Amino acid sequence: MFGYYLELALRSLKRSPGLTVLMVLAIGFGVGASMTTYSVLRAVSGDPIPWKSSRLFVPQIDAWGPGGRRDGNTEPPDALTYIDAMALMRDHRARLQSAIYMIAPSIVPEGSGKHPLNVTGHAVYNEFFPMVEAPFLHGGGWSADDDKRRAAVAVITQRLNLKLFGGADSVGRTINVAGKAYRIVGVLGDWNPMPRYYDVFNSGGFSTDKDDLFIPFDRAIETGVTRDGSTSCNVSPKDPGFVSLQQSSCVWVSYLVQLDDMAAVASYRQYLDGYARDQQRAGRFAWAPNGRLYDVNAWLAVQQVAPRDTKISAVVALGLFIVCLVNTVGLLLAKFLRRSGEIGIRRALGAPRSAIYAQFLTEASIVGLAGGLLGLLLTGVGVLAMGSMLPRNIASLARIDMPLLLLTLVVAVVSAVLAGLYPTLRASQVQPAWQLKSN
Amino acid sequence: MRLHPMFAALRRHKAGVVLIALQIALTLAIVCNAIFIIGQRVQTIGRESGMDESDVYIVSQQWVGVENAEDDASVAKLDALQREDLAALRNMPDVAAVTPTNSVPLYNASWTGSVSLKPGNGEYDGSTPGTAYVSYYDVDDQALAVLGAKLVEGRFFHADEVIHVGGTDARHAKVMVISKALARKLVPDGSALGKALYIDGTTDPITVVGVLDTLQAPANVTKVPWNTVLMPVRLNSFFSRYAVRAKPGRLDAAMKATPDVLYKTNPMRVLDEYSVKSFAAVRRDAYQSDLSMAILMGAVCVILIGVTAAGIVGLTSFWVGQRHRQIGVRRALGARKVDILMYFQMENLAIAGGGAAIGTLLAIVINFWLMRNFDMARLPLPWIGVGIVAVLVLGQLSVLSPARRASNVPPVAATRAG
Repeated sequence: MFGYYLELALRSLKRSPGLTVLMVLAIGFGVGASMTTYSVLRAVSGDPIPWKSSRLFVPQIDAWGPGGRRDGNTEPPDALTYIDAMALMRDHRARLQSAIYMIAPSIVPEGSGKHPLNVTGHAVYNEFFPMVEAPFLHGGGWSADDDKRRAAVAVITQRLNLKLFGGADSVGRTINVAGKAYRIVGVLGDWNPMPRYYDVFNSGGFSTDKDDLFIPFDRAIETGVTRDGSTSCNVSPKDPGFVSLQQSSCVWVSYLVQLDDMAAVASYRQYLDGYARDQQRAGRFAWAPNGRLYDVNAWLAVQQVAPRDTKISAVVALGLFIVCLVNTVGLLLAKFLRRSGEIGIRRALGAPRSAIYAQFLTEASIVGLAGGLLGLLLTGVGVLAMGSMLPRNIASLARIDMPLLLLTLVVAVVSAVLAGLYPTLRASQVQPAWQLKSN
Repeated sequence: MRLHPMFAALRRHKAGVVLIALQIALTLAIVCNAIFIIGQRVQTIGRESGMDESDVYIVSQQWVGVENAEDDASVAKLDALQREDLAALRNMPDVAAVTPTNSVPLYNASWTGSVSLKPGNGEYDGSTPGTAYVSYYDVDDQALAVLGAKLVEGRFFHADEVIHVGGTDARHAKVMVISKALARKLVPDGSALGKALYIDGTTDPITVVGVLDTLQAPANVTKVPWNTVLMPVRLNSFFSRYAVRAKPGRLDAAMKATPDVLYKTNPMRVLDEYSVKSFAAVRRDAYQSDLSMAILMGAVCVILIGVTAAGIVGLTSFWVGQRHRQIGVRRALGARKVDILMYFQMENLAIAGGGAAIGTLLAIVINFWLMRNFDMARLPLPWIGVGIVAVLVLGQLSVLSPARRASNVPPVAATRAG
């Protein structure tokens, strides 16, 4: 029977090519616009580490108190002071944890005639690598002992490895970071999670700079590897310089912890609260504890990493899609009812209502499929256009992949069938007797 | 013209009427808001930075292997490196003027704080009279020539007023030049010239010696983009930034020659593909997202209007076909061609009018939702008025061709079946 409906549908669509083209165009453009904006929205609001995001947390400590906030805001600062970050590291209450700060040192390549280059990276503790499950190509992270000894070791990415060593296994070789020699202990594969959940404070979530270099935190502090990125101060540091910054109430250190179950989360919350209470008792904070502990997705939401424009675009495109659907309902209605005579004859010859349903829904889904194919093409064009239009840090994220293509087709067909429901219902209600008489 | 037959007919096509009206309502609501967004973005992009932007470019670089400390000896060494760079750049044949700077208007780096007419006002505050949020530019005495900003009161910096401090040193110069917008904010009735200002809650007075007509803040300062302060300070750090004005028409040549000149002065530095950037590129980057949003909204509007117009044409054509015989009867009873034409035009006007009424409400609802969730401004009512007229005209134009076909139905159709 399906073959017959298919043939009927194709014949009917061919009979009124104008209407058919209109419907296909409407669905195609509607789906194309929606999927294009969705591809960007998906990229900026995606979960950067889906299998683990509910076990990774960002702690916040209120180092400023109510005096440091404006406009009725009650949230603590977005990063930690060096003092608090070090206290948390010392207490070591989570299963894994790392204080994190952004660096952008220069690297002097071996061999003469090459100009120095700039790399972006982070100073972290050894537990950072297992925590974020960074994929190593060669070697691995450094040890807790390396952290303690402030060893001059480094982890680089394959990208930097390619630039400096032509892609060979460089574990054991040295690189010159900010004028000092570091021994490479590990080379990471292609790893650049976006949004950069482990340092939203500096990246705002998205950054064009790739993280290419990781060195031990305490080593970086000790040798004065300058932080790159933001510093927020409630009160300016007393004296100029990095050391004075470390003693100030300015926040500039990101922090990530891994807590594996509810009990661990609860006890870490308690610990943060207790820590702030201790600080209050010691007279450092003149206010009640006001800490936070968000998991990765909650943190990304609180920090509003998804650009507002992306959301507005997606909403507007969804509106466009709805208009396209309403349009398709109208056109299908016109198309189906125009064939009341044909329906009357089929019903009179014994076709049950379900046969009419099947026939017209088949027709609607063919329109949907054609619209979907056009939509695929338009989504491709749209994503390419977005790539050249959007700011660089977002543009590189919008891409076409299999799930997106499949989703485009499914959305097109399902929406066309939905749009066909009401017209089909109307068509099936055609009274055979009346139609036969009037013709 | 009697409207009764029209409404009688409409009642028989409830679904079609509702669908067209709904489509027009949604189109009106979305297009109004989308065009409003476009208007706002275009306005943002068109703002004057206050600079003479042609022939200006920015150089950002960092030195390698220098001690980035802030003791006097290190700062002196860093300053010597910077002065070497400045001398080399100023010596270039295609360069007219150079200033060291921490940032420039529309650039993606900002130094912000607050100023006050009273000393020691430690709290950040922009709402109290006599205080304001500001963006700082640390430049030298050449900055006016480089930026090409217009000085409307007082004077610019003298060479001997320029101090140099470490990158995080809170020491300040004795004088400053501010934008007119800031002057107005601080001293609404009178001149800010000669007044002492206190920055970031400190207690050292800094005298306003000049007022610039307009100077925009860096790109990421969106809330208070016109309150700017220039200070005669060379910041000494392991990185430096220079704003350069090339001689007229020599921008490309100057930009191209810059890396070699700097490497020749001192090869131990990092210059990458973004180090030498024309101001045109700075402006483009600053407004990229606004531009792409405007284009996207424009594309949505075009598609939306096209789809809606096509929908009206499609449904009306169907109705004309369906009422073939009815039209024939009316023609046979004496209706003229123009009556039939008017009939369909009026019918569409009625439907579109209903749709526009719902659409107006919907447009306001969507705008409120955008205001709540995305900090949008209120949609002015005249915009909706223009939108209503636009969708009504759109409806009339779309219905024109099917209506004309209807008016061509001969009276004899009344005698035929169908």
